[in-house]
Amino acid sequence: MTLSSVPNLVYRQFHALVSTTGGMGRLLIRFFEELFLPPFPFRLTAQQIYRMGVESLGLVCITALATGSVMALQFGFGLAKFGGTLYVPKLSSLAILREMGPVFTSLLVAGRIGSGMASEIASMKVTQQVDAIRALGTSPIQQIVIPRVIACCLALPMLTLIADYICLYGAMVVANNEFGIGNDFFITKTLETINLTDLLTGMAKTGVFALFISIAACWRGLNTEGGTQGVGATTTWVVVTSSIFIMISDFFLTKLFILTVYPTQ
Amino acid sequence: MKQQPILKVEGLTKSYGEKIVHNGVSFELHENEMLGLFGGSGTGKSVVLRSIIGLEQPDSGSIRFLGQELTSLSERELFPVRQKISYVFQNGALFDSLSVEENLAYPLRAHTRLSTQEIKAKVDAMLTLVDLPDSNELLPSELSGGMQKRAGLARAIIMNPKVVLFDEPTAGLDPVNTRRLCQNILNFKSRGLTGIFVTHDIASAFEICDRIIILADGKIAISMATEEMRSSNDPLVQTFTSGAHIR
Repeated sequence: MTLSSVPNLVYRQFHALVSTTGGMGRLLIRFFEELFLPPFPFRLTAQQIYRMGVESLGLVCITALATGSVMALQFGFGLAKFGGTLYVPKLSSLAILREMGPVFTSLLVAGRIGSGMASEIASMKVTQQVDAIRALGTSPIQQIVIPRVIACCLALPMLTLIADYICLYGAMVVANNEFGIGNDFFITKTLETINLTDLLTGMAKTGVFALFISIAACWRGLNTEGGTQGVGATTTWVVVTSSIFIMISDFFLTKLFILTVYPTQ
Repeated sequence: MKQQPILKVEGLTKSYGEKIVHNGVSFELHENEMLGLFGGSGTGKSVVLRSIIGLEQPDSGSIRFLGQELTSLSERELFPVRQKISYVFQNGALFDSLSVEENLAYPLRAHTRLSTQEIKAKVDAMLTLVDLPDSNELLPSELSGGMQKRAGLARAIIMNPKVVLFDEPTAGLDPVNTRRLCQNILNFKSRGLTGIFVTHDIASAFEICDRIIILADGKIAISMATEEMRSSNDPLVQTFTSGAHIR
């Protein structure tokens, strides 16, 4: 790459960013326009909720258990130096409900569901099934986008709720076995520390993440070109972009919640 | 008195970047007529069909179906039109997550208030017509290429459309399956099917079509009855029917 090609590269990256944002924004508008037009695709939405929610449950549970256990272990050994192992329940529960539960679950969902959604829609695009939906007088937004976006926005917060509980359970078991913190003490301290706001802000974050993952997967899938190679590129793009979005937007959402709803003390 | 065309395409133009695909395509389709559309690879035969059903937006020109201008309609306004004009895709384009029965039932569920039993009866009857009885529960991946195309044909015809657009339905088929598919189309034609048949398969087109038009240099270069074309000495017709590509 020469120095003279830098402006061209910057222009192309900027153009790609603008067209991606614009494309996803347009799809989001069309989603809301057609969401209230009859008939609502109940059957397809239920199928998607099952695929995204129920079929992801095992993966989410295992990961949540491991995450909670590791967090308790790290907090416990870190705080032991200062004689503060009794703070493990407080720190673990806050971190799990506000951050680890929502972010880890969303990253898992971006990897499993986002990639699956993107590759499925991209395959439909390159095999003319999306054209067939249109040619049969039906809307790809209603048949493809609405069921997946609704299902993702319902399934991800629910998965996060389950992940939060399992994560806390993992932390409690490790705190008991490794640091001798009793289960009753752990539960009491956890309930003293957390409140409904912590739980709801964590789930609200996942709502934003779910909307982004599903819209990104649908938009990119519906715009896939170039056969099987294009399907692969689409899948990679959705997972990478969604993961980056989750990490960056998490910072801004956390900042927003600190400024607005989290208690100051 | 001359019969009014069911479909009238006038002055259609379409470009992709620098490449001009259509430069004033005009033709008419009459009721109960099967029109063959020939042309070399890349001349935009499929684009004509896709423009008619609204899957592509032409740059300019007019497409009138039963007197209604289609080019100015929105996607939603095209939905009722697409129940009257159906499209048979080259590879069938069956929904691979649905069984054959669910694929055929898809337009009936979307556009009619038929009961489950009535839909099942219609699907069974249609599958019998295209020689696919007892394949209701099969997934598209379990069908051969010829069977997929026949199922695609059945799905396109199940709503009794006024016009059917065939996009190279025999491409990639062996002679036996080509013959079987052509026989299916001829059966539907004997029941009054109107359609446009895009193909490179000259023998099938001569068997099925009443009139043939040839697309060359972005325009309709030739339009003549099939019988007339068989005996035509026109160099373009000769070049095409002898198998050479038109440029």
